[in-house]
Amino acid sequence: MNGGDSVSQPLLQVDDLHVEIASRRGIVRAVDGVSLEVPAGEAVGLVGESGSGKSMTLRAILGLLPPEARVTAGKVLLDGADLAHLDNRQLNQIRGPKIAMIFQEPMSALNPVMRVGSQIAEGPLVHLGMNRRQAAERALELMRRVGIPDPERRYRSFPHEFSGGMRQRVMIAIALSCEPSLILCDEPTTALDVTIQDQILRLLARLCRESGTSLVFVTHDLPVVAQVCHQLAVMYAGEIVERGTVEEVLTRPCHPYTLGLLRSAPDVDHPRSSLAAIPGSPPSLVSPPAGCRFHPRCKFAEEDCTVTDPPLRLIDAGHATACLHYERCLDELRTEGADR
Amino acid sequence: MTSLPSGPAVSGGSGPAVLPPPDGPLLEATDLAVSFSLGSALIARMRHEERILHAVDGVDLTIPRGEALALVGESGSGKSTLARALAGLQRTDRGKIQLDGKVLPARRSHTDQRKIQMVFQDPYSSLNPRMTVGGMLHELLRVHHIVPGNEVESYTRELLGLVGLGEEAVHAYPRQFSGGQRQRVAIARALALRPELLVADEPVSALDVSVQATILNLLQDLRAELGLTLLLISHNLAVVRHLCDQVAVMYLGRIIEVAPTETLFANARHPYTRGLLAAIPRMTFATEGDAPAVQGDPPSPLRIPTGCRFRTRCPIAQSICEQEDPALTASGSDPSHRAACHFAFTAVPPPRPPQPAEAVNAAEAGDEGVRP
Repeated sequence: MNGGDSVSQPLLQVDDLHVEIASRRGIVRAVDGVSLEVPAGEAVGLVGESGSGKSMTLRAILGLLPPEARVTAGKVLLDGADLAHLDNRQLNQIRGPKIAMIFQEPMSALNPVMRVGSQIAEGPLVHLGMNRRQAAERALELMRRVGIPDPERRYRSFPHEFSGGMRQRVMIAIALSCEPSLILCDEPTTALDVTIQDQILRLLARLCRESGTSLVFVTHDLPVVAQVCHQLAVMYAGEIVERGTVEEVLTRPCHPYTLGLLRSAPDVDHPRSSLAAIPGSPPSLVSPPAGCRFHPRCKFAEEDCTVTDPPLRLIDAGHATACLHYERCLDELRTEGADR
Repeated sequence: MTSLPSGPAVSGGSGPAVLPPPDGPLLEATDLAVSFSLGSALIARMRHEERILHAVDGVDLTIPRGEALALVGESGSGKSTLARALAGLQRTDRGKIQLDGKVLPARRSHTDQRKIQMVFQDPYSSLNPRMTVGGMLHELLRVHHIVPGNEVESYTRELLGLVGLGEEAVHAYPRQFSGGQRQRVAIARALALRPELLVADEPVSALDVSVQATILNLLQDLRAELGLTLLLISHNLAVVRHLCDQVAVMYLGRIIEVAPTETLFANARHPYTRGLLAAIPRMTFATEGDAPAVQGDPPSPLRIPTGCRFRTRCPIAQSICEQEDPALTASGSDPSHRAACHFAFTAVPPPRPPQPAEAVNAAEAGDEGVRP
């Protein structure tokens, strides 16, 4: 694994972030006290189901929340500056040269009436003070780096002339164009076929390794995280419920929700006779359940889970869980291991 | 709960449980083809060019009774079109579809339509938002005379019970359900007609991971309880391995490999299948360095390569692949395993070194050829 020494100051620090969305049914606490650290040169995965607040967290970092949502508390520190309290003009100085973003649907994130090459060249033109010729050169070089064949010809194409995978390569080229220190990825491969997903994940991992760029990678797909990320945070109902290195969390899950996610997806290499679904469905974020938010669906829930909202606490170096009875998960893994 | 009500009063006993099990496969499709013409026919004629997209291009498919067959492939491979053609929702250009040994005509009778039912990917758009669940099931049961009028209500409740929904669902509208529950309603709707073949087109792709499991388990239970024959369309090979007995892999409108599930996962013979299996993200950590499993994008179905369709992306392509379109042939040792590759069951030739003449192809393949 690469990355700088872990003792150094993290590149991005999200501290007790709260995002609220006004809706007809009341105030939705979409993100409820999320803290996250992204060390320089590392890739952090943010995993959860739809409605868990993972995308909102990501968008809040860059000030890209929908109009009805707002950050009510918390800090987003990048190199010591708090992004949560910058206005749009100041944020525009950050977006691109410091932090870039890759979206799930490249077709709706790219400008449909602008040539692909010009879209890639725009960042260097605006932020790096390049002239048109230099910016175009840079765009061509980036297109080559992300594996777009025949860049000289493709430079003048429009997004609709590209396949889904090629569009995502364009998005990656745009993200890399100003050499940001951090790239935020919102389900970048969910809309792609598995062979194309494989190409894009390898490309992203290689480019970030080469340039030392950090990644925050939002997805609902645990195996995808295992491919790209070093660190992993699992979100449920607006909160982070478990955090640690990818290897640690996936092999020794210490929250029943993480365990449930791992048990509910079929594994290609080890087929099981039946899948253990997580019963019930995620709670409403207007009035989440008291105590631990996962307790109504949790098979290990006890009396105290209905009362105490467990904080995220360290149980091992770098491995934190928000479960009062996380030993049960480990017990279950152990008995399962013995059965096998 | 071991069977749907067999309905003693139903004329002729149309329930699958009462049918004598005839020999032979339940469904057999031969040389099936579906094409779409793009744009205006007049302009195409004036330009002397045909813009015809061959979505399904000569497919033979056999589904044995009581088995689950998976159809996998990338988007644009024609798997959904094939499924819709089998279900009678899509006009075919040529080929025939036999159900229980009887050829299905282009215009299907009500009875024939009933026998193949579909569950769609998106439960949000496949259910009528203005009808209660009970309403839509009642309508179906009455139109198709599945049970006598006085049993419609009880049969509806039984159906909902079968898919794990309570009685209160009868009076609810689709919007009142979560995605997983809606998919249960869609399955109940399909099962209401006592189909012999259930075609499920990406039934869990629109659902969250934790909910997917409940639907997959339900499909598995229904297969065991009702002896249902299932055609599952999916791009998720883990789901396929979990649920199906046989797998057919599609590429650009053709089936390029068919095998029993375990054979396919252990010993795939077509280079595309091998690439597809290698491309699945796994829980192993970090992918440092290696080249992608399959290079490049699939070619446009409007410009299908000559010879073998996969040759433009194939790591072992030879000159014969350019000239001859390989047929789907069976393995000498295992007739249930068929693949459409010149080298499927022979010694695989070494990957050829890239030659200058193929620079275009290599560039098309993209990625690793280009280094910063």
